[in-house]
Order: sequence, then C-alpha cells, then structure tokens
Amino acid sequence: MARFFHWLFPHPLLTVLLVCVWIILQNEFSAGMAVFGLILAIIIPRITAAFWPERPGGVHAGKMISYGVMVLWDIMVANIQVAWIVLTVPNSKLKPAWITIPLDLRQPEAITVLAGTITLTPGTVSADLSESGHYLLVHILHTDDPEGERDAIKTRYEARLKEIFK
Amino acid sequence: MTYEIIALYAVSFCLIVGAIFTLVGAIGLLKFNDSMTRLHAPTKVGTVGVGALLLASIIYNGVFNGGAIQELLIMGFLFVTAPISAHFIAKVNMHRGACDTPPELPEGEEWATFDLPAGDNALLEENTTSAN
Repeated sequence: MARFFHWLFPHPLLTVLLVCVWIILQNEFSAGMAVFGLILAIIIPRITAAFWPERPGGVHAGKMISYGVMVLWDIMVANIQVAWIVLTVPNSKLKPAWITIPLDLRQPEAITVLAGTITLTPGTVSADLSESGHYLLVHILHTDDPEGERDAIKTRYEARLKEIFK
Repeated sequence: MTYEIIALYAVSFCLIVGAIFTLVGAIGLLKFNDSMTRLHAPTKVGTVGVGALLLASIIYNGVFNGGAIQELLIMGFLFVTAPISAHFIAKVNMHRGACDTPPELPEGEEWATFDLPAGDNALLEENTTSAN
C-alpha cells in the first residue's frame, strides 16, 4: 500500500502545489475545478518522476518562512541602494568585482535557493558553479570590499539555509 | 467611502513606486558600459518594479472588482525564473569574454561552464572568433 502510494504520488508536495496553482489560476473556486486540478496534480508528477528520481530531504518550514520574509526585506533595501548607485555613481568610478564563495551547502536544492537569493537581491548576480559544486561565482555591481561581501553572504544567507535544509 | 479613497491612494503609490524602479532599471541598462554590470539593471526591475505594479493590481482588484489573486502566481513564477535567465546570460558573457575574466579556482578546479567535451570547445572557439 505504501509502495502504491509512493508510485502514485512521487512528490506529494508537488501535488499539493499544483492543486493550489490550478485553483489560483481559475480565480474562482468550484468543486469541478478542484477535482480537475487534482487529476492534473496526480498525472504531472507521475509523468515527470523520471526526471526527478529522488525526493528532496526535509525542510524546516518555519525557518523557511522567516528566511523568505528576510529576503523580501533585503530585496527592498538593496533595490534602493542599487537605484542610488545607478543614478549617482558615474561609470568611471564604478567598481564591479567577481567573488568566489566557497560553499558549505551540499544539497542541490539548497544551492539553487542560495543562487536564486543572491541574484534576486540587487547588486549581486550568481554566475556559475564550479565543476564539483563547491564554489559559487558571484558578480557584484559596486563594492569597495569584496571579502566583506563574501562573508556577509555566507553568514546572512548560507548559514540560515544550512539550518533549513538539514 | 473613505475606505475606497485609501485604497485608491495605495494603488497610486504602488504604481508610482513600480514606475520609478522600472525607469531606474531602464536607465541602468542604458548607462552601464559592460554587459555584466548591465545585467544587474533588469534583475532589479524584475523584483521591486514588477512587484509593486502587481501589488497595485491586487489592491485594485481586491477593493473594486471582488478580488483576484492570480498576480501572486505571476510574482511567484517571476521570482523563480528571473535568476535562471540572469544565470544563463552571465554564462554567455563569460564565454564571449564580454567581461573581466572570472577569478581562478584553487585545487585545479574549473568553473562548470568551461568544462566541456573537447568537440564542443572547438566549436565554441570557432563561433566566438567569427562573432568577434
């Protein structure tokens, strides 16, 4: 029975997410829509299961939410800083820099979230990962202190992600 | 009545904030002279600019049209896909040499984007030299 359940729902969270997305897309709730969403949410994970054989490990949901709120706040603050840089710093005084971040995270999902966070917070874009996945290449728009930026990313984001993805 | 007026002010405020950030993003895109720094401008527009415009839409529809939350989906998909496109544009820049060379890695490692099969490397060199 448990095996059949695992076959039918290879990714239970994905199923729940797809039902929610389907219902939001309709913009009004009706039972028929919910049932059709459920059918889709069973078929799609089943078909794509071959591309995604392993279930991601457990995440700490509470810490994930507080991390999301912190990132949203950082996006707001950093946007204003970057807008200021765009409007006031002339091109000749701009100091872009590459930094290499040694990663302690090992799960692919955690590294993806970290890279996405770095790109979404303005002023930094994650550009590449090393072959082994142990280093992340980040481009910074304007900085006087590349080492400081690297440590800030490590302590502010990576340390928290390490707690979220146990 | 006052409730609707407050909502109208909130909608206008969000629209103005969104418009300002979109404008700054466009200015940044024009102003910077290196393709890597230029990449920073549109990723900003994608977050706060579009976010504020969608928030305005949510408030307007919530107060005057009986609610619409599809905007949340737009925001969700945008936040998930924007870093991926930025990531790929950055990789293209690295291959075309359109930016400073990225720093070397210790222990004989290499950046994943340069780790190609030999045939692909030859093809890539051919393409980049002919493009330049």
